[in-house]
Amino acid sequence: MIERSLKSLAQGLAKGEFSSVELTQAYLERIARHNPEINAFITVDPDKSLAQAKAADLRRARGEAGPLLGIPLAQKDIFCAQGWRTTCGSRMLENFVSPYDATVIERFDAAGAVNLGKTNMDEFAMGSSNETSYFGAVKNPWDPARVPGGSSGGSAAAVAARLAPAATGTDTGGSIRQPAALCGLTGLKPTYGVVSRWGMIAFASSLDQAGPMARSAEDCALLLNAMAGFDTRDSTSVERPAEDYTRLLAADAPAKPLAGLKIGLPREFFGEAERAGCDAAVMARVDEAIAAYRALGAETVEVSLPAMQLSVPAYYVIAPAEASSNLSRFDGVRYGHRAPEYSDLDDMYSKTRAQGFGAEVKRRILIGTYVLSHGYYDAYYRQAQRIRRLIADDFARAFKECDVIMGPTSPGTAFRIGEKAADPVQMYLSDIYTIAVNLAGLPGMSVPCGLANGLPTGLQLIGNYFGEARLLDVAHRYQRATDWHLQRPTALAD
Amino acid sequence: MKHGEVSSGWEVVIGIETHAQLATQSKIFSGAATAFGAAPNVQACAVDLALPGVLPVLNRGAVECAIRFGLAVGAEVAERSVFARKNYFYPDLPKGYQISQFEAPVVIGGQLAIQVGDSEKIIRLTRAHLEEDAGKSLHEDFQGQSGIDLNRAGTPLLEIVSEPDLRSSAEAVAYARALHALVRWIGICDGNMQEGSFRCDANVSVRRPGGPLGTRREIKNLNSFRFMQQAIDYEVRWQIETLEDGGRIQQATVLFDPDSGETRSMRSKEDAHDYRYFPDPDLLPLVIARDWVERTRAQLPELPVAKRARFVAEFGLSDYDATALTASLEIANYYEAAVQAAGVASAKPCANWVMVDLAARVNREGIDFGDAPVSAAQLGRLLARVADNTISNNIAKKIFDAIWAGEGGTGEDAADRIIAAQGLKQITDTGAIEALIDEVLANNAAMVAEFRAGKEKAFNALVGQAMKATKGKANPQQVNQLLRSKLG
Repeated sequence: MIERSLKSLAQGLAKGEFSSVELTQAYLERIARHNPEINAFITVDPDKSLAQAKAADLRRARGEAGPLLGIPLAQKDIFCAQGWRTTCGSRMLENFVSPYDATVIERFDAAGAVNLGKTNMDEFAMGSSNETSYFGAVKNPWDPARVPGGSSGGSAAAVAARLAPAATGTDTGGSIRQPAALCGLTGLKPTYGVVSRWGMIAFASSLDQAGPMARSAEDCALLLNAMAGFDTRDSTSVERPAEDYTRLLAADAPAKPLAGLKIGLPREFFGEAERAGCDAAVMARVDEAIAAYRALGAETVEVSLPAMQLSVPAYYVIAPAEASSNLSRFDGVRYGHRAPEYSDLDDMYSKTRAQGFGAEVKRRILIGTYVLSHGYYDAYYRQAQRIRRLIADDFARAFKECDVIMGPTSPGTAFRIGEKAADPVQMYLSDIYTIAVNLAGLPGMSVPCGLANGLPTGLQLIGNYFGEARLLDVAHRYQRATDWHLQRPTALAD
Repeated sequence: MKHGEVSSGWEVVIGIETHAQLATQSKIFSGAATAFGAAPNVQACAVDLALPGVLPVLNRGAVECAIRFGLAVGAEVAERSVFARKNYFYPDLPKGYQISQFEAPVVIGGQLAIQVGDSEKIIRLTRAHLEEDAGKSLHEDFQGQSGIDLNRAGTPLLEIVSEPDLRSSAEAVAYARALHALVRWIGICDGNMQEGSFRCDANVSVRRPGGPLGTRREIKNLNSFRFMQQAIDYEVRWQIETLEDGGRIQQATVLFDPDSGETRSMRSKEDAHDYRYFPDPDLLPLVIARDWVERTRAQLPELPVAKRARFVAEFGLSDYDATALTASLEIANYYEAAVQAAGVASAKPCANWVMVDLAARVNREGIDFGDAPVSAAQLGRLLARVADNTISNNIAKKIFDAIWAGEGGTGEDAADRIIAAQGLKQITDTGAIEALIDEVLANNAAMVAEFRAGKEKAFNALVGQAMKATKGKANPQQVNQLLRSKLG
């Protein structure tokens, strides 16, 4: 049962092969057995999950149907879920129980999905390894000595370890795509504004976007159908007609299904010298994936994204600036951690925040406060915004030449726990291929494209604005022709 | 200190920043209600509490208010303005930042005319921008702790900034009064200063005439015109004394203490906040379509300046009367409706009635003009009866009181009903009045004798007797005339 796709699970539920309660129970048992080692979940509440499963079974008994009715899903602990502890991976919110639902949670509830639990993550989504979580590092199911990537590392590890059939993630600079690549999953960061941010705890508001993490493009499409849609509670949510993201997937498979597709290969990824920025084995898998695409009928063209080299510095100005302000609300006054002892108001603030936040969060608050300060704003924040526009312009030019851009998702495979923890810049560079996509607001995916030294690698697909359906189709064609996405870690099989 | 003048060799320079609470039903970025006086924190929703994950959504009504204001002061309503975060920590500021506008405000420029003595002065406006109010910290009743009430958090404000064009406390107060009248006139603010709906900060400096601007100190949170006058006068004296004693003014924020009548420093420039303004990524730039501005313009009431001029031209009122009758939209509307019912010939008596009789009654009872039990149409019809000599002005006052008390019904013809019911129609029949006068003269021989002996007072007493005999219904001029001729 645990190897079945969402579509197949939905069929099983529809045919009565098993109930949602049985399915949920099966996953809860796996979580109970393996989570102590993997640490993918921060909060599991079997009573709540089973009550939801029972409700889903009742809905089905009353004649309801739907692709997610009764399907258990793991939710990143960044989404507020009513009655659930919602920590965002931080001591600051260790005991915060949300009184309301995020739009994403609300939509999954409406679709009848079951919340299996809240997954571990880097504290306030700041990290690329899941080592900054107050609730401890998450282990990569492919090799427990290694990181699962981050910040959606708990979700990635949960799906890779088959503790959940699929999960949600959020992506500010690569936080869906990078852990998907490092754990051998398919993950999609939609166009900024496609999924409502209401109830999703903000890291960097202009970059944050929620998306699905699953075992195939097809499963991602099913999840995105539930997640996406205009929401009046989020002013940056985009009002567009509802879309069926699976609509291009069902077509039959001719010999050259991708004939006519133009794939842009950025010189900044594939140039002679630039290739050196990426692990050679990873690059080899990416080259093989491109070759597979040519075999499916696609043609490749070289494109250029010259401003891309500035994406990491621009990102590490904009994201911390927004974060420094977004995290000001965690002040110990109304909810969350408050220092048990303090002498006056300023002392309460500083002790509360010194105790409640971890080192990486503090580092980014400091950077953000600095770049927004009087006298530095023009040199840093305003300059970074200009670079952001240049990057978006680069992509706009590139998409005149091609339909989709491809390259590596991450410059390496999963690294060892602790390997980069002491060197923030090395850690920041692990998002070098993904960050520009957030700065431009474009949709991006990571698709498994083979193993390097026994560890998963990811091919990144970048689409034009609102091109999710096409992007999912392009990924789906590859997954019909290859089986890398079906590979799973050999451990934890029981 | 006289307005606009140099005081003992110093010139006063004042600019005013005003926070006008906008009269919307709900908050600027959430759906919570804005009504004043509710129990603490019952009008604070998840957004106002700044729970993790919540997001702001702009209230269209607040934008509409800003457009109305921009149009009313002849300003530019920006096609595109930007909300920015003003970051600082305070317990009654739930997000740790206030959403305001910084580099790109919604209203740019504009001006306001104020009356200074007999002349008019134009005060330029710098800008007006939308922002949210903070909550309140309650320092009493909590024994060593503070309570936080977030009902006010997120209430929409329009911050209106003047240029430093004001030259005295009197000008500053005239400006604040004119602005106060205007925001109420165009219906964007209830102007309730006790409840904090309209509060001013005054930036005050002094300089040698023609010299460079002096260092300013900002007097915060002036919530009455009297305090504004007192605070500025004190501040100006203090600054001049300090400078004349060889001291220097440090830029500072000060508070006015009404009990001592003094201003005292709250914080100096050194510990001024660095607010780290940046565009709020949760809100798109505010784009105001031109047709929205034009639709709003069409709905805007005639503005006080225009109405004043029209009252002078159409109704022949003095500047003084026209100014008094345009003090608020309510009084102006009342007056105009009364004139319409009475006829333009009665415009001047209408003005007197509204400014004197009605104003006195309304003030005494503490109600608004619009809520007066005597409607404008009823008053107009009443005054029409005076104009056509059906009744005297004195009888009109009695009828006015009767309508106020609920007699005559609620229809426009209340006065006519009372006149008919009580037989108050003025006696103008000369024969009937003559007969009455003859009777009065016969019954009051002593008074007649006194009058003939040269006592003018006795004449008035005889008029009184005649009026009394007719229960006030005789035309007083007629009685006078006839009596004179008979005694002649």
